[in-house]
Amino acid sequence: MNMNSITEITTTPIKKKYKKKSRFGEIWKRMKKNRIAMLGLAIFSVIVLCTVFADMIVPYSVALEQNIGDRLQPPSAAHWFGTDAYGRDIFARVIHGTRNSLVMGIGAVVVGISLGGVFGAAAGYYGGIVDTLIMRVMDTIMCIPFMLLALAIVAALGPGLVNVLIALMLSMVPYYTRVIRSAILTVTGQDFIEAAKACGTPDRYIILKHILPNAIGPVIVQATMSVGTMIIWAAAMSFLGMGIQPPTPEWGSMLSEGKDYMLSSPHLVIFPGMAIVLTALSINLLGDGLRDALDPRLKD
Amino acid sequence: MSKYIVKRVLIVFPTLLAIIFIVFGIMSLTPGDPARMMLGQQASPEAVARVNHELGFDRPFIIRYGDYVVKLLEGDMGNSYRTGRPVFNEIISRLPTTAKLASAAILLAVMIGVPLGILSAVKQYSLYDITGTAAAMLMASIPGFWFGLMAILLFALKLGWLPSNGSDTWVHYILPAITLAIPVSASLLRLTRTTMLETIRQDYVRTARAKGQTEKKVIFHHALKNALLPVVTVAGLEFGGLLGGVVTIETVFSINGVGTLIIDAIRMKDVPQVTGCAIFLAFLFMMVMLIVDILYAYIDPRIRARYQKV
Amino acid sequence: MMNEKLLVVKDLSVIYKTDEAIVHAVNKINFDIGRKETIGLVGETGAGKTTTALAIMQLLPERTGRITEGEILFKGENLLKKSKNEMRMIRGERMSMIFQDPMTSLNPIVTVGDQIRESLDIHNHDKKNKIELEARVDELLKLVGIQPRRKSEYPHQFSGGMKQRVVIAMALACNPELLIADEPTTALDVTIQAQVLALMAELKEQLGTSMIMITHDLGVVAQTCDKVAIMYAGEIVEQGTARDIFEGEKHHPYTLGLFGSIPDLEVETRRLNPIDGLMPDPTDLPPGCKFHPRCKSCMEICKHKQPEPHSFGNHIIVCHLYAKEV
Repeated sequence: MNMNSITEITTTPIKKKYKKKSRFGEIWKRMKKNRIAMLGLAIFSVIVLCTVFADMIVPYSVALEQNIGDRLQPPSAAHWFGTDAYGRDIFARVIHGTRNSLVMGIGAVVVGISLGGVFGAAAGYYGGIVDTLIMRVMDTIMCIPFMLLALAIVAALGPGLVNVLIALMLSMVPYYTRVIRSAILTVTGQDFIEAAKACGTPDRYIILKHILPNAIGPVIVQATMSVGTMIIWAAAMSFLGMGIQPPTPEWGSMLSEGKDYMLSSPHLVIFPGMAIVLTALSINLLGDGLRDALDPRLKD
Repeated sequence: MSKYIVKRVLIVFPTLLAIIFIVFGIMSLTPGDPARMMLGQQASPEAVARVNHELGFDRPFIIRYGDYVVKLLEGDMGNSYRTGRPVFNEIISRLPTTAKLASAAILLAVMIGVPLGILSAVKQYSLYDITGTAAAMLMASIPGFWFGLMAILLFALKLGWLPSNGSDTWVHYILPAITLAIPVSASLLRLTRTTMLETIRQDYVRTARAKGQTEKKVIFHHALKNALLPVVTVAGLEFGGLLGGVVTIETVFSINGVGTLIIDAIRMKDVPQVTGCAIFLAFLFMMVMLIVDILYAYIDPRIRARYQKV
Repeated sequence: MMNEKLLVVKDLSVIYKTDEAIVHAVNKINFDIGRKETIGLVGETGAGKTTTALAIMQLLPERTGRITEGEILFKGENLLKKSKNEMRMIRGERMSMIFQDPMTSLNPIVTVGDQIRESLDIHNHDKKNKIELEARVDELLKLVGIQPRRKSEYPHQFSGGMKQRVVIAMALACNPELLIADEPTTALDVTIQAQVLALMAELKEQLGTSMIMITHDLGVVAQTCDKVAIMYAGEIVEQGTARDIFEGEKHHPYTLGLFGSIPDLEVETRRLNPIDGLMPDPTDLPPGCKFHPRCKSCMEICKHKQPEPHSFGNHIIVCHLYAKEV
């Protein structure tokens, strides 16, 4: 009897580890075959590297340094992307703007998903009155168009990176609650959860060990896709003057500053815009590839 | 069917109350004194306190909320801090522009996105499908306001074909409507393609083929109607996104609509104006979703049935 | 008389080609059906029964499924040589199919009456008007035991068994000569199963239709079939008359295994006798006899040589065990 229980304890974790590895390995194997998704991953990796090593590529001071004599210069060897109305180097500003965009995009999604995860998991798992209550509130919030809600929050809190982050993330909570609730409902309907319940497994354990790992796929896909969207919305906020304030380099506010000089110096709007498109595109490609890898059913 | 419509319409009222509560609540978090905003920095503290009391800003939140709702029933959303004019009138005077822009954009988006999505699904993996989905992916990654800037740069400033700002004639609406429509049509294309692909695999589509039905009718009669159900809902939801997009696009094209109204109000900390605009646009969105839901019930007998028995 | 076969399947092979692998779903199968005959295709899930049916109807998934060799002769004409349009006119009119799951086989947003009338509309050679077609819909509904006034209802208003009756009415609409029933009762409750089977048997008798009954339930076969073909891993390992299969002495070891897994009420046993092991991976079939890894009578030759069919009259067994007896 004793021997038995010992072997069981030692074999279970090994089995689990193996299974997990093979599942992610399988997804990765399918991802690798998807050349477009790999292209997205490559571009995104370069962008992340640009953020991490921004100061090595070009010092932050260059992005802020004004030089009126050099204003509105077209792209050249000295200024790869040209200079803006204050003579600042646009290449440096684009590179240093990456961090702000990624922080806002990823930050809003991570926090938003954690909050949405709590509500969604509670609603999906407990059902009944908890579900009704949470979903009623979320549905009501969703009646307010997303951008409008975010703008109202920024209007109340005042502009700035942190406030935009809060606004974006709060506005996304209802959507993530929905996504996570439905992902959880799909899993809880399945027999192995019933089996775990029948065995008297505690709720917390069922949620963490059984439901979350199985429900996480669609959530990850949704999260990846919405990082791209968040980056675009954050830029839009700054473009409207609600986000990060100049002179801090940020793509949206660079576009806003540059639009008055657009005809004579189009590089002012072309490069920051391309940066947003490239970032959002790489993330969307990645998300799309992930979805196909997680759900190969759609491919046959 | 009529029972369903009545029920669905009745839900609008409590939802609207809740929305007003949320917006009103967020906006009352705004730091700063309403009377100070109206009277300016030079006003004496006594004067500020008196005006605050006269206008009832010193009352508890819930009372002010109740007051707001009661006045709203008479079409009174308060007066703008900045201009002193009624918020409601300001919104109504700007509404036609925004309504024209938004409806043109959603129509355009549906007309482009849905047929292209169907084509993509029916000809899965063809060259058309690959370019179509790739283009949709690209379009979904382009910020609307940047697309708008580029469109102005090319078609207005360089080529001079179309006006870059204003809303005087229908020609003025071409660029902003296309700009607004493009990301929506991209997402509709992708969604239509996905749901269509899923529907084509359904057993009942195979049943139709087993009957000897022509491929054209299998697609258009059996698959399309079912595939369009989620598309209708999402098109409605996208309209909400579009209302958000209106804010940036109107700014880009300098159009005097509700979008620019709300942006100016936020810049000026004009709380009643922001509150009024947000509630109004949310109401507009609710009305669109109401129509969508009724449309949905009209197509899908299962939804209808849920309300028939009650 | 012998030449009057309604359907002859010769050396039929079907593969599914996906990005990852090639699935050999059906491998060189042969069988035939005479008029008014019913053949049962029996086997485990994944044995290739449904694929065979879809190949006959030519409804294999276009992108992945492909018939690599063989002939399907329907009244002497090779269906594989027909154009898409010719095949379309045969489907639903001269041969039709009842699918496994009645819950998903009906279009949820079209009334059942319209779905039945659709078959009639497509194959309306006599240019009947709408009233005549509707009368036929009523008649069909009565035939399967549904009140005609329910024809304006939607599928979700029907129970599973009633839905399957609608599906049967749809399949019989044009009086087909061949009816393929793909596990028509698997998705239904046991009591409803019996009703539906009785209904099908009665209608078949009444209308003189030939039938392919696909099932994994030997009880269903015993009730309905004249002939039986046992499928395993895409091959027919044994076929013969129902009498051969149920009462004959010689059997393929797989057939014995199938019968062994049915509980016998008269013999007291502690547990069922399932066949050990699993169906082989159809993307990577074993050499020799496909059944040898699970076979209790496996011999050395089975591991590398594909067995030949051995006939005992109409009773054919594909197994090395019977090589010496012929």
